[in-house]
Amino acid sequence: MRKILLLLAAVCSLNAQTFLIRNATILTVTKGTIENGSVLVENGKIAAVGKNISAPTGAPVVDGTGQFLMPGIIDCHSHTAIEGGVNEGSVSDSSMVNIKDVLNPTDINIYRALAGGLTVSNVLHGSANAIGGQTIVVKLRWGKNAQQMIFEGAKPGIKFALGENPKRQGYPPQGFGLTGPTLERRYPGTRMGVEDVIRESFNEAKIYQAQWEEYRTKTARGEKVIAPRKDLRLEPLVEVLNGQRYVHAHCYRADEILMLLRVADDMGFKIRTLQHVLEGYKVAKEIAAHGAGASTFSDWWSYKIEAYDATPYNAALMTKKGVLVSLNSDSDELQRHLNLEAAKVMRYGGLSQDEALAMVTINPAKQLGIDNSVGSIEVGKSADLVLFDQHPLSGYSKPLKVWIDGNQYFDRAKDLEARADFAKKKKVLLDKEATPARGPRGGAATEGPSQ
Amino acid sequence: MALRYSLEIDFRRWLSNCFVNWFALAGHCRKKIFRSCDRYVSRLKSLIWTTGLLAGLALRAEVPSAIAIKDAHIVTVSGEDLPKATVLLRGGLIEDVGAQLTIPADAWVIDGAGLTVYPGFVNGLSNWGLPVAPVAARGTAATATTEPRVHGPEDRPQNYSYERAADSVTPADTKLEAARAAGFTSSATFLDRGIFRGLGAFIDLAGEKGREMIVAEPIGQEISVTRGAGFGRGFPSALMGYLSYVRQMFLDLNQYQEAKALYAANPVGLHRPEYDHTLEGLEESPRLLLPAVESQQIERMLVFAPELKKPFALYGLHEAFKDIDLLKQANVPLLVSLKWPEKPRDADPTDVPSYRELELRAQAPSVPGLLAKAGVKFAFYSDGVDSAADLKKALKKALDSGLTRADAIRALTLTPAEMYGVADRTGSIAKGKIANLVVMKGEAFDDKTTVEYVFVDGMQFKPSKESQQAAPGAGRRPSLDIAEEEIDGDRL
Repeated sequence: MRKILLLLAAVCSLNAQTFLIRNATILTVTKGTIENGSVLVENGKIAAVGKNISAPTGAPVVDGTGQFLMPGIIDCHSHTAIEGGVNEGSVSDSSMVNIKDVLNPTDINIYRALAGGLTVSNVLHGSANAIGGQTIVVKLRWGKNAQQMIFEGAKPGIKFALGENPKRQGYPPQGFGLTGPTLERRYPGTRMGVEDVIRESFNEAKIYQAQWEEYRTKTARGEKVIAPRKDLRLEPLVEVLNGQRYVHAHCYRADEILMLLRVADDMGFKIRTLQHVLEGYKVAKEIAAHGAGASTFSDWWSYKIEAYDATPYNAALMTKKGVLVSLNSDSDELQRHLNLEAAKVMRYGGLSQDEALAMVTINPAKQLGIDNSVGSIEVGKSADLVLFDQHPLSGYSKPLKVWIDGNQYFDRAKDLEARADFAKKKKVLLDKEATPARGPRGGAATEGPSQ
Repeated sequence: MALRYSLEIDFRRWLSNCFVNWFALAGHCRKKIFRSCDRYVSRLKSLIWTTGLLAGLALRAEVPSAIAIKDAHIVTVSGEDLPKATVLLRGGLIEDVGAQLTIPADAWVIDGAGLTVYPGFVNGLSNWGLPVAPVAARGTAATATTEPRVHGPEDRPQNYSYERAADSVTPADTKLEAARAAGFTSSATFLDRGIFRGLGAFIDLAGEKGREMIVAEPIGQEISVTRGAGFGRGFPSALMGYLSYVRQMFLDLNQYQEAKALYAANPVGLHRPEYDHTLEGLEESPRLLLPAVESQQIERMLVFAPELKKPFALYGLHEAFKDIDLLKQANVPLLVSLKWPEKPRDADPTDVPSYRELELRAQAPSVPGLLAKAGVKFAFYSDGVDSAADLKKALKKALDSGLTRADAIRALTLTPAEMYGVADRTGSIAKGKIANLVVMKGEAFDDKTTVEYVFVDGMQFKPSKESQQAAPGAGRRPSLDIAEEEIDGDRL
C-alpha cells in the first residue's frame, strides 16, 4: 500500500509539470500579445503557445479567462537571501568571497518576491568595496535548499563598485569621539584610488595567470617545481579576463562609468552590466559601444550626492541609444512589484508595453546570459510564468499564480486559505510558551485549568 | 597514577607543599612585604588551605588501593546491561566487571543496592578544564593605538590553529566540580578564541596537575564561523568572508604539504617552502568541528565541509529536526548543543516572535530523540551550560521530548568516545578501561535521582547535594593544586 502511494506521488509530481493555461491574454514579450490564448507546459517547459491548444488527456487545465499571463519577472540586482552580511567590506578587493556560499533559502523575502511574480534574481554582493564578491543567479524555488535554487548553467558574476561607497575608509570601531584603538583606515579614499584598486588587482591577476602557465609548461616538460599558491581572490579575476565570469558594476556618475570602460578596455575584459548607472543617459553611446548592459532604477534618486543628476527618462534614453536596459529592485520590498516599475518607462519616455515589460523580463535575461531559457513566453523555454488578475502594467494588478520550471510556487488563493490554519498553529506554540511546563519542584502536574 | 592512593606519596607531597608555601610566604614577606597587600593575603589564604588539607589527610589515609561496587545495576554501554553485578576498580582502571566477581581482600566495598553505575558522562565540546581568566583581547588598553588592517586570509586573522588546549588544562577550573556533580568525568576541551581555535584535547575532569588529565590530544580543530562580525573590524567581517577564509586556509594547507614533501624528497635546486605555524596546526588536526545550528546552516556545512578534505563533525544542530534524513545520509559525527533555545527573559512583551523561532524553541529538544530513532550517531555538548542543575535540566528536556534513557546514556558516553577515537580506553564500563564512572542512586535523569559517587581516573568524588544544585563557582574551591599553582604563577 505504501509503495503504491509513493508511486502515485511520483506520477503526480511528474504531472504537476504538465498542464494547460487556457483562455488568458498571453503577454509573450518577444512575440506580441495573444488574446484568448493558451500555453501548454510539458515537463516544465513551454510546449506550445497559441489560440487553439487542447490539453493532453489527464493534464490539469488552468482557466485564465479575463487574466494575463506573462513570463516570470527577473531582477538583475538583488541582495535577498544572503546570510550573515551583504558586504565583505573590510578589504577593497574581496573577490574571494562568494554569495553562493551564503544563500539562505529560508529567507521569507524569497516567498514575498514570488508573490509579486519574481522568479529569477541576480544575487549580488554589496557595494562597499571596489571589487566585491562573486555573485550568483538564482531561481526562487521556495522550499528547496540553496543548491537547488541556483540557476543551472547561468554564468556566475562578480560585483564591482565605483564612487562614494568604495572610497569610504571605515569608521573607528568604537564610535566617533571615543579613545581606544582604531583600525587602520581602508585604502582608497578617493575615486582615483578606486580606479587604482581595480587596475592593481587585474595586474596581480595577470601575473598570477602567468605563474600558473609557467608552472604548467614546466611540469609538462617533466621539471620538478612547486605549484603556485591557489589564490581565491585572484581566481575569479582570471575568470573575468577569460570571459568566464560577468562583471556587474555599481556606478552613478558619467565620469566613473567612462573610467571603468577604459580600465576594462585596457585590461582586456568586458563589463557585462552597469548597475544603477543613473548618469548613463549622458554616456549612453559609449556604453552601447562597449556592449555593456545597463540596469537602473525607474525613478529613484537624490539619496546621495552622486545620485543627484538623475532623471526617470534614463531607461528610455539609454534604450533609444542602443543600450540593453533593465530595471532592478536592489530591495526586498521593491522586488515585489517590478511590473509597476516597468510601467513607469511608458510614462517617462513613451516606450511601448512590450518594451516596458522587456525591462523586467527578456532584457535582464539577456544581461545575465539566460535568455535562451527564460525571459519570454516562447516554445522550448522554461515554464517560468506569472498569471495576473489584470494587466501587469496596471497598478491594480495582482499575481494569482506563479510557476517556475512548471512547478507552482505561489498561489494567492491557497495562501489566503492557509492563513487561518497557520495562525492557529502559531497560537498553539505561543500558548505553550506562555504556560511554562511545571518543574519537578513546582508541584506535580495537576489536572484542572492551568494559569 | 597507580600511586594515587598511596598514603606516603600523598603525605609527602602535601607536606612538601606546605613547606614550600611557608617558604614562599617567608621569602615574599622579606622581599616585597609592602608591595602588594593582595598578594600577601592570597598567599596566606592558600597557606590556610594547604594546612586544612593536611588536617584532612586522616580521611585520605583510609582510601584503599581497590574499590568494589557490589550488587549494583551496571550499565556497561559497550556490553550487556548487568542488573546485579560488581565492578572492581584498581590503579585508576576498571580491573573487572561482572556478576560473579570474587572481591579481593584489599578492596573497599561499596554496597551497590539501589545504585546504578554508568560510564562517566562525556562533554562532546567545551572549555572545561581551561583557565577561567580570559585571554586579554588585543588592544583593550585605553590607548589611541591604530591596529593594522587585515588584508585577507594571508594575514591569518584570528588564527590560533596551533595552540594546544592540552597545554592549558588545569584542575583549578571551578567548572569541574559542577561538571562532576552532574555525572561528567570527561570532556573534549577546546580553547575558545578566534576563528581557528586550536587543537583540542580529550580530558578527564580531575587530577592534581593538568597534564595528568589528558587522555588524548590533539583530537581536532574547532572552527568558529559566526554570522558575521559586522562592518569595520577588519577581515573577515561577513559570513561569506569567514567561509572563504577557511576555504583558503585548506587550499594553502594542500599546497604547503605538497611543497614540503617535494622539498623533503630533494631540496637541491628548490626554493624552500616558508614555514607557517597556522598551517602546521591544521595539518595536525585529525578532524574539524564546524558549527551548524539552523537548517540552512546544516545544509550549507554539509556542502562546504567536504571541500576541506578532512574528517569533520558538526556542532549546534538545534534545527536539525528539519534535516534528519539529510544527516542520516551524510553520516558525519554530530554534537547537539544542550543550550536549548528559549524565550528571551527580557523580551519586549509586544514583540511577537516569528513562527520559525517558536518552532525552533518548541522542537529543538526533540532533535536527539529524532536522531536516535533514525539511527544517527550524536553526542551532547554543554555550550555554556555549566552548572550541574542546568545540565541535568537540559538533558531531562531531551528525554521529555522523546529521547530514550538508553540512547541518552550512549550519547553521553561511548558515542563521544568513538567520535574522538578514544573508545578503546574510555566511554564504557569494560575490563581494562579507565575507571571513569558515575554512580547514581536511582536511574539517570529521574527527578529524584542523585549522584552518589563519581570516579575520575579511579579518584572518588562524592558530590554534595548543594553542588548538584548550585551554580558553577559557588561553594568551596575544588582544586587541590591551587597552592602549587600560586607559587608558579600569579593565578587567583
